[in-house]
Amino acid sequence: MDMWIRKCIMCIIAREFGYAIGIICILLCEVFLLAQMALSDITALDFTHHIAGPYCTKLLADYGAEVIKVERPGTGDVARTLGPFPNDEPHPEKSGAFLHLNTNKRSITLDLDTEDGQRLARMLASRADVVVESFRPGTMDGFGLGFDTLSAANPALVMTSISNFGQTGPYRDWRGSELIFYGMGGELYSTGVMEKEPLKMGGAVGLYQAGAVAAYATLGAVLAARDGGAGQRVDVSLMETQAGSIDRRMSMLLAYQYNGEISGRAPLGATSGSGGYPSGTYPCADGYFQVTGGGGYFGRVREMLGNPQELSGDEWLTPEAQADDDMAGLFDAIFYPWLLDRTKYEIWEQAQRSRVLSGPLNTMEDLDRDPVFRERGAFAEIDHPEAGSLTYPGRPFVMGATPWAIRRPAPLLGQHTDEVLREAGVSADEIAALRERGAV
Amino acid sequence: MTKLPLEGIRVLDMTVVWAGPYCATLLADLGAEVIRVESIQIFGPPSRGSMARPSKFMIENLPAFMAGMPGRDPAERPWNRYPLFNAHARNKLSMTVDLLRPEGKRIFDRLVEISDVLVENNPTETMTKLGISYEDLKRINPAFIMLRMPAYGSSGPYQNHRSLGIHIEGVIGHSLLRGYTDLDPAANTQVYMADAAAGVGGAFAVACALNHRRKTGEGQLVELSQAENAIPFIGQAFMDYSMNGRSQATLGNRHPTAIQGVYPCRDEDSWIAITIFDDRDWELFIHAIGAPEWTRSEQLATHESRRASHDELDERISSWTRGQEHRQAMTLLQSHGVAAGAVLNQRHASEDPHLVSRGMFEEASQEDVGTHLYPRAPFRMSASDVRIRRGPVRLGQDNEYVYKTLLRLSDAEYEELVESGHIGEEYAPHVR
Repeated sequence: MDMWIRKCIMCIIAREFGYAIGIICILLCEVFLLAQMALSDITALDFTHHIAGPYCTKLLADYGAEVIKVERPGTGDVARTLGPFPNDEPHPEKSGAFLHLNTNKRSITLDLDTEDGQRLARMLASRADVVVESFRPGTMDGFGLGFDTLSAANPALVMTSISNFGQTGPYRDWRGSELIFYGMGGELYSTGVMEKEPLKMGGAVGLYQAGAVAAYATLGAVLAARDGGAGQRVDVSLMETQAGSIDRRMSMLLAYQYNGEISGRAPLGATSGSGGYPSGTYPCADGYFQVTGGGGYFGRVREMLGNPQELSGDEWLTPEAQADDDMAGLFDAIFYPWLLDRTKYEIWEQAQRSRVLSGPLNTMEDLDRDPVFRERGAFAEIDHPEAGSLTYPGRPFVMGATPWAIRRPAPLLGQHTDEVLREAGVSADEIAALRERGAV
Repeated sequence: MTKLPLEGIRVLDMTVVWAGPYCATLLADLGAEVIRVESIQIFGPPSRGSMARPSKFMIENLPAFMAGMPGRDPAERPWNRYPLFNAHARNKLSMTVDLLRPEGKRIFDRLVEISDVLVENNPTETMTKLGISYEDLKRINPAFIMLRMPAYGSSGPYQNHRSLGIHIEGVIGHSLLRGYTDLDPAANTQVYMADAAAGVGGAFAVACALNHRRKTGEGQLVELSQAENAIPFIGQAFMDYSMNGRSQATLGNRHPTAIQGVYPCRDEDSWIAITIFDDRDWELFIHAIGAPEWTRSEQLATHESRRASHDELDERISSWTRGQEHRQAMTLLQSHGVAAGAVLNQRHASEDPHLVSRGMFEEASQEDVGTHLYPRAPFRMSASDVRIRRGPVRLGQDNEYVYKTLLRLSDAEYEELVESGHIGEEYAPHVR
């Protein structure tokens, strides 16, 4: 249920019947909602940071898992330092990256360099179904939180490790970045134009992809454990999530295996990538428009253009025409002026009427203004005690019977330390003592 | 070995192109019995390739990732040979049936009865035209799970829009975040990140639905809009608009806070990606390249000043990388603790000692292409035996199993369906 609706209900009930009853009603709502969520029976202890790991546990949490995020006292997840920030003013509770990546999680602080911190982490892991971590390989073992230790106390435990290059192999301890994983694992080599250096993808999309892969593999391992199997270790290498990606890499690697062919970047201007024309990004009246209309799709493009006389001959529909530079030139002479007369959304509408594979190049502002995404509920309004109410990316998919829901915004650093430890049976006095010693 | 997580789950696979098939691949990797439901009466490009019966000319002229089949030769059954398809077709089964005819639809309904999941990623109207709706499937099999993944979802004005991953990325704003800073967006080449995102998102969605079914016995319809699924992947740019009303522009190969680039190396078209996050990294980098004079210039004294003179610094770094073999430079920099990676082309990646040592490539065979190395699943598990159990599936390869073993058809009934053009391992002669 949307948080606003819950707030309204709470206000009304509180006014009519008093606050205590209002709070009880909200708790019942929470319990009812949770019971309906797909992953409500899964508890995950989350030692991840930055982007890939937190996206993995966000997916679990947003579909109902109980995720306890373990952060370093004082500084917390490094994502708290990543932008964007409101008015570009850094603040650990207002990082756009952190707020987006940590919805529905509870945060506790534990100093894993201390015996107390390690003991509490082991205790929480013994009650969890899943541990996810993204430290450098070997770090968890150093904390006394290695898979062998944790699974001895909890044989059904699934432990997912997300790392740069995996838990084994010669590059195991190497450092990386999203660009580097794409360069070594993915198709950086063939992305961009021949005249220039290879070109990365936008933002940190490769890290999100790795997080999603980790979420799927983790849930798979949980299903196996629930089905009478034992727990196990899931090893996610950021490099391999690219090497095994459907985004051109597997096909390119296979083409190399079949014929020894190396695929590089196409020259500037011949950026089709999928053969034939029209194919690529074209200027139009108010920006840019992308279309894949070569080969067998050319008939649809002709229809989109209103079947102009110059393109009417059957010869235009042959594979030879699609490889003929002169004919491509004739086509461009018709196509460019047609595009420049129209806006990207006008073109999109006409293109889709003729079933042409296509789309506008939108800015974030365009996306925000697009009525269809908003009407479908693709975005979420989330209120946060420090950052206020903001529009966030919403659900990746809609489950008919089990909702995606924001039950709580991203946590403040250590916001739930007491709550989580109390639930685990640690007394208030003990928590106070731990805090005194700096362990939490 | 623990059994595979999805062993015993039967998935009907009506997916096309890349996004849906990748979802099915990941389900098959975890042990689901994924049955591609195909037709020998229709060829829908580019799922099994560009054309069922392409000319040699066509196969020779299309990009390698699409048409680089063995020998660049269409041979007898080209539809079993395209790398575009074979790269993801591991561990799957294939049966053929013509769903546009009533008897085909009846066969489909019987399959639904004995299956657990249907996955598809067609424009929304395609299922309607085939007379397939979740309500009907649920009547046949109450615990059934259906995953639909159209480009923009199955409601609203875009529900039938035709899009590949690249177009979806344009619409959600990714394409404008990934261009060269000094070239027009028209120079943007094609990436298909939205396909990868949707494939794994869909597989995760099915696993969620299976978990709910395990708890309650209840099946459900899951709808994944490929566009909406990919928006969280550019969440930081999205949040920047939300917080500051700013539409971010491309950074090229640069990083929001680090020094970063792709630098030319000694050999033709060889490159290295380097990321220097902070002052400490800079010192490591200087040390690794032998502390040349220029690294001590006043202009490069602090991380901020280096960021301010990124262009000049790129020139300086290139002056060093140009003398290096890219993989040796990677090893050298990494041995000093610097984040660096050679840009590995398809040969270098296939031979990369790290990927090889981790078994990233596994041998698999298929009648129409022979035996080759294929990339495996993008993750590893310690107890479940996740691997390539079967090579890329041929069209109709499992008709006997599906019709005779699963649906218990007699030989005579089977032959009748062969005669009537439902069952076959070759496309009908009229199919181009």
